[in-house]
Amino acid sequence: MLERAAGHSTTAAAAATPGPPAHVTIRGLSKRFGDAVVYERFDLDIPRGKLVSIFGPNGCGKSTLINMIAGLVPVDAGEILFAGKRLEQIKFGYVFQNYREALFPWLRSFENIEYPLKLMHMAKAERRARVERLAEHLGVKIDLAKYPYQLSGGQQQLVSIMRALVVEPEVLFLDEPFSALDYEMTLFMREQLQRIFMETGTTTVLVSHDLEEAVYLADHILLLSRHPARVADFVPFPACRPRRDETLSQADFVSVKAHCLEIFQREVRRA
Amino acid sequence: MRRLDPYLPILGVAGLIALWYLAVWARIVDPVLLPSPVDAFRAMWSGMAGGKLGSDFLRTVERTVSATLIAAVIAIPLGIFLGAAERLYRSVEFVVDFFRSTPASAMFPLFLVLFGVGDQTKISVAAFGAALVILFNVAYGVMNARKTRLLAAKAMGASKLRILTDVVLLESLPQTFVGLRNGVSLALVIVVVAEMFIGSTDGLGNRVFEAQQLFAMPDMYAAIFAAGALGYGLNLLLLLVERRFVHWSGK
Repeated sequence: MLERAAGHSTTAAAAATPGPPAHVTIRGLSKRFGDAVVYERFDLDIPRGKLVSIFGPNGCGKSTLINMIAGLVPVDAGEILFAGKRLEQIKFGYVFQNYREALFPWLRSFENIEYPLKLMHMAKAERRARVERLAEHLGVKIDLAKYPYQLSGGQQQLVSIMRALVVEPEVLFLDEPFSALDYEMTLFMREQLQRIFMETGTTTVLVSHDLEEAVYLADHILLLSRHPARVADFVPFPACRPRRDETLSQADFVSVKAHCLEIFQREVRRA
Repeated sequence: MRRLDPYLPILGVAGLIALWYLAVWARIVDPVLLPSPVDAFRAMWSGMAGGKLGSDFLRTVERTVSATLIAAVIAIPLGIFLGAAERLYRSVEFVVDFFRSTPASAMFPLFLVLFGVGDQTKISVAAFGAALVILFNVAYGVMNARKTRLLAAKAMGASKLRILTDVVLLESLPQTFVGLRNGVSLALVIVVVAEMFIGSTDGLGNRVFEAQQLFAMPDMYAAIFAAGALGYGLNLLLLLVERRFVHWSGK
């Protein structure tokens, strides 16, 4: 695994090559919006217990991909399975970019977090215990009795992430979760996400528009082409965790990032 | 100085009264047509404290509130239903917009034929006008529910019914209150007009009209201000209720 640093680009088949066991398998996925063919017979394997970042040119369908995997956007054709099970049979969490519009402002932060448990008909005492355990586990120091609009942007997104995690999901999706936050808060939230990932080991799919972030957080970086989107490359970044600020200047990080940038530029120019 | 900011609205009131005094003092307007502010307020005070103005005020409150309540009871559920079925709303949108744009006063003769000259006509025309305004706002509140919020509920596995009760209804509340405030204002306008002309013997509209007929100008101004205070008060009341129950509105 370690031998590939900045080497030659792999092909789409790389996604399906043997490696860690696949958790999410996507086969023959097709999607069009009007005349635009966004996906055409698209295949991808997402490994279990890994964090995969999705990066690619603007409008290539990064968000559409996770929205289809999470069942928020219907697919035209194709099959998406989670270790052989369908979406309805698994628990998953989804974190939106726009936390302000994704949280329920009429509920306190605590009630927001326990809402998915309520949908699962879990008893009140158990819900409460579950949320408290999660908050303790993550070391969250927010006053969860407050309404979301009384919290800062980063705190609101943290509440969103807790709401996604409270069901103990098999897969966690995050759609550009930090792009509405300022840089200071983004750096802080990256560390939070890394800690959460290290603690839970949940298979995580992160859409990012920031290459540094995409590489820093990922075990694999999925680079997409312009649409119809193909896997331009599926780049492993095996640096050990926890990664720190120094990681950003280490040789393996720099070379993987440079390699991703090269692929990205190639795909952008291929108009 | 900023501490005085909350008191700024008083300046406008003081300015208006000063102008009024000036107009009376300089005899810009015939004193018969424009009594001094003191006379007007004295008429208002004595009228409201046990005089006829007080009972007329209450009659108008009663009619306006019942019209708005009837309108709300009909229009809110209907608005939710139509807003949730967007294609159905699109098909009745023109009809709603058409009658919303029709002056409710033009409907008086029709309602007179249906309900006679009593309270029923006044209240039902006002309810009709208010209901369309409320319906329109509720339906739009439901249709404009934030898509992300609906998707978030869906991603958490909420059923369609659950999304409607847990998300859409609450999302539409701020817009529903906009409709209620506009609705109550319109109901008051219609009720006051109806009280002026449609065989009325009481209500603020009747009071204004009668005072004018008798040339009792201080009484007329008193009744106008009472009507203004009523409109403002009803709006303020709804605003306070909204702030209490829709605490997230505008945040």
